[in-house]
Amino acid sequence: MSWIPIAMLAVPLLGAAALLLPRFAGGPSHRYGLAVSGVTLALAVVLVAAFDYGDAARTQFATDLPWIPGLALRFHLGVDGVSLPLVVLTALLTFLCFVHLAGRPPHRPRALVFTLLVLETGIIGTFLALDLLLFFVFFEVVLVPMYFVIAIWGGPGRRAAAVKFILYTLLGSAVLLLGLLVVWAQAGTLDMVALARGGGAGIARSAQIAAFLAIGVGLAVKAPMWPLHTWLPDAHTEAPTVGSVLLAGVLLKMGTYGFARIAIPILPEGAAAVAPWLGALAVVGIVYGSLACLAQRDLKRMIAYSSVGHMGFVLLGFATLTPVGVNAALFGNVAHGLITGLLFFLAGAVKDRYGTADMERLGGGMLRRLPYIGSLLTFACVASLGLPGLAGFWGEMLALFGAFRPAAALSRPLFLVFMAIGGLGTVLTAAYFLRMLSRVTHGSPAVPEGPPVTSAEEIREILGDEGPVEPVAAGTAVTAAVAEESAAVLAPPAEPVGGRAALRDVTAYELAAWVPLVVLTLLFGLWPKSLLAITTPAVQAILSGVGS
Amino acid sequence: MITLAVLAVLLPFAGAAAGLLGSRVPRGRTSARTARRRAAWFAVLPVAISAVAASWMAARQAIGGGEIAGTLAEIETGSVPVSVGLQVGGLSALVGVLVTVVALAVQVYSVGYMRDDPRYPSYSAFISLFTSAMLLVVYAGDLIVLYVGWEIMGLCSYLLIGHWWEDRANSRAAVKAFLVTRLGDVGFLFGIFTLGLSAGSFRIDDVLSADLPRGTLVAATMLLLAGVAGKSAQVPLHTWLPDAMAGPTPISALIHAATMVAAGVFVVARLYPAFLAAQPTLDVLAVLAAVGMLGAALAALAQDDLKRVLAYSTISQLALMAGALAAGSEHAAIFHLVTHGAFKALLFLCAGVVIHHVGSNLISHMGGLRTALPVTFWAMTIGFAALAGLPPASGFFSKDAVIAAIERSHGPAQPFLYGCALVTVGVTGAYAARAWLRTFFGSRRTGAPDRRGGHGGHPVPRSMLWPVALLAVPALALGFAGVRELDWESAATSVVIALLGAGVVYALWRAAPEQDPARVLGPFRAPCERAFYLDTVYDRLVTRPVLRLARGVVRADERVVDGAVRGSGRAAVGLSGVLRLAQNGNAQLYVTGLLAGVLLIAVAVVVLG
Repeated sequence: MSWIPIAMLAVPLLGAAALLLPRFAGGPSHRYGLAVSGVTLALAVVLVAAFDYGDAARTQFATDLPWIPGLALRFHLGVDGVSLPLVVLTALLTFLCFVHLAGRPPHRPRALVFTLLVLETGIIGTFLALDLLLFFVFFEVVLVPMYFVIAIWGGPGRRAAAVKFILYTLLGSAVLLLGLLVVWAQAGTLDMVALARGGGAGIARSAQIAAFLAIGVGLAVKAPMWPLHTWLPDAHTEAPTVGSVLLAGVLLKMGTYGFARIAIPILPEGAAAVAPWLGALAVVGIVYGSLACLAQRDLKRMIAYSSVGHMGFVLLGFATLTPVGVNAALFGNVAHGLITGLLFFLAGAVKDRYGTADMERLGGGMLRRLPYIGSLLTFACVASLGLPGLAGFWGEMLALFGAFRPAAALSRPLFLVFMAIGGLGTVLTAAYFLRMLSRVTHGSPAVPEGPPVTSAEEIREILGDEGPVEPVAAGTAVTAAVAEESAAVLAPPAEPVGGRAALRDVTAYELAAWVPLVVLTLLFGLWPKSLLAITTPAVQAILSGVGS
Repeated sequence: MITLAVLAVLLPFAGAAAGLLGSRVPRGRTSARTARRRAAWFAVLPVAISAVAASWMAARQAIGGGEIAGTLAEIETGSVPVSVGLQVGGLSALVGVLVTVVALAVQVYSVGYMRDDPRYPSYSAFISLFTSAMLLVVYAGDLIVLYVGWEIMGLCSYLLIGHWWEDRANSRAAVKAFLVTRLGDVGFLFGIFTLGLSAGSFRIDDVLSADLPRGTLVAATMLLLAGVAGKSAQVPLHTWLPDAMAGPTPISALIHAATMVAAGVFVVARLYPAFLAAQPTLDVLAVLAAVGMLGAALAALAQDDLKRVLAYSTISQLALMAGALAAGSEHAAIFHLVTHGAFKALLFLCAGVVIHHVGSNLISHMGGLRTALPVTFWAMTIGFAALAGLPPASGFFSKDAVIAAIERSHGPAQPFLYGCALVTVGVTGAYAARAWLRTFFGSRRTGAPDRRGGHGGHPVPRSMLWPVALLAVPALALGFAGVRELDWESAATSVVIALLGAGVVYALWRAAPEQDPARVLGPFRAPCERAFYLDTVYDRLVTRPVLRLARGVVRADERVVDGAVRGSGRAAVGLSGVLRLAQNGNAQLYVTGLLAGVLLIAVAVVVLG
């Protein structure tokens, strides 16, 4: 069955390559993207079904081929309990992004589908790779398509945000590469499985600390950890909806995954030495991110900053170096991917309808104007603030529990302080989400300050559905739709249609893209065992070198 | 038997899911009327079955059937495992009956009360979800499972306070309730960590039977106390409860009087062995309870909003229960919890009828309603008698048990607690008499327009009167369960004090029926009405500094953290600008540089060689 990981890489890559064929010019690319990512998702489901849960710590479905023998570089892929959830999450979110695009076709669809498929290959490759350099290659492959997603399909400030994103993360990658090379020079192998089994054997303590710092900084840029986070709000805010979803949903996880896969198991002594600093920066990130959210005006920017806070909990989990802490981090990863993915989908839907994501201009009363979207937004926010019974809770709770008694090598009073600050962070998290809900969904929509902009995509949706069409919008819609069909290019946003045009509530495509996330959030929240049972054995294997 | 407990918890949950998702299906072809009727069935039926199941389990407990316990699964966390399990002992069975019966009464009552509300389906679904969560707290066999239910209750409270979210004030009250209780819950969670890690298990039985060092117990129970104070609206985290009255009246009856706010007291009683072994915690609890019961009673005396009177009286009565716990008598506390649940729910449902009829919350808009609302008048008379602790209503017996327990206890805080409790009894008699007289006697005053746009004189639907009549029975009779333990001496004392308080108010009212008897407070009245300005203090000390800090963080993020990033970018560009000066495309300059280099090397070779 070891062909599945290779197929999961090959399908999106070949799918992207096939798009270069001339016969795809101008075709319905989003349906093609839907099919290719659907096959990838099906492969992920097969992977889940065929995975041996009795032995989740072992690398399964392994492929180990020589690649560049001169450098001892091997094409080594495999899955275990740490990577399996993230692989499936990536396949799922990419597929849902294509579902979203099917309902709201972008401009230059062929290029976007191509870019997203390459992106998917890179992310899945990062989670599957078991060779340090192979990991690094995939890690870098991801940056380029993401750059284009932001730079071409983004908002008004997209160029600056994209340049900042790629320069910042490339700089981080350079430091990461240095760290990986130190490991290679000291241990003499690039095989992650062998290195993790060795648990840092053969690497001097000072070299471990240096390598952990370098690798840690490289991963922390991606995660992102305070104070290396400033690329993130710009990138998230300017990126199109699918870009934000993938960025927050899976791209950030590559950083935290690196801690679980490389930094901690391969460099346990370095981890023990640096963990207090990691924990301190993590809790600063929690409080700082929450406070920054409290004063944001832009919905997307607020959700972006909330990622800083949530990833702070994930990093705090790693910093404790305990099984429960690392479990928390892996759980938090998946939960954040689902919930923040949903939040960005919703923020995108709001922005499409109101023409702005600025909370002042959104006014209030979304529950009246868009009852379904307003309710789903409430659900997603409540999940994100860590309500028990929903997925966000277990990651936060277990991270705090890990900090309550960290690994024996770490100072307990220090981590108790971290735990207390993290606990306050959960209150602040609740504060900014509820404040936002109160401002946006509550109140009455009587005085909309900014006129809603009805985009051409939305009008086509209205026409495509039998639902009742608001009369004022209909006139504009027909002309716009006719113009659009003849030009086969999307028209620029139509004229604002009156002060209080009825907005279209959730569409079938949107519902199809969101419901899986809602269901999984509920499932992991009500039955955390479904995820913890996979990660726990793997986590114990990771920490065997730390000796806790 | 455990299936019965699982069923009791899960049925309302299923009802909530069905109510939220299924009421309006198929969309567009379901009339609002059909949706309402369907939602009402989804709401009432599961709770009714749960009530039967809970009563069955309680009856089995009463005849000595022994505990019901079962574990569904163990969840490995990498450290202390979480065991998903339920456990129904005597205490849980009793409180379970209280929760389901009050929830059932409220669901039936809401069918009439929310008759014109377009969002009735979501409203009733949230009540079902709340019932399910509260039953999870009551029946939980594991601290983490308990915490899950505990927080979901908080969410339901938030959603229901904010039910009329068009009004910004309601939205603010909902957010305040969630955040204040969540602040306490952080402490509660850390308390659970302390107990769980020290005992090596989150199972309540294991925690209580573990031999833990005293220091650990004191730390753990103090932390738990934070959550208890938040949920049970005790000083200093009580400020959310009066504002929570912004929600629909049935919610005030169910969540903010009878059940959820009692959860804190319930949890202390559930973990009582741990608290008994930590005397410092009980002393702290005694002081908080003493301050809370008297302060809230005084605040209740000065309020003009009928629901806020009842809200402050809830804080005061909960503090009385906390006082009993601090005095070492969990029995008295739970007795008062159950009777209070019945009579306070009754009072709120009656208040709802009155508000529905008059179209205003303010007591100054009411008066002379005795003839217009006879059933409500008698039911509310029973409720107020129970609240003031007058025989033969249930509150007389349970309050006597509490006062007697406090009298008999010996802690360093006992004299203070006992003194406060006695004064509170007097003030309670006074505010109960004031609300009763000004609502039902005297002349009819004009009502103000209500939120639904009516102008009073609304007919009261029958589905609202049935639960009132039904709840009046336990509010009157529940107390006789404790008749054998009555301490006549302390009972006589407290009745005399209560009558004294009521008598002062009556005398003032007789002297000038149109004026508010609260004038007895004199210059002290304004601080009481504003609940001693605590909200203002919190606003100045917490809310505003946090918001200022948040704005500061955003500025710092823009200028310092990101400024450093952009600065390094600019520095790199500037540096390359300097380098570019050399690359100006002038061939003469390049050749000159080349020659100079050659010359330098030649000189260096000659000199160094």
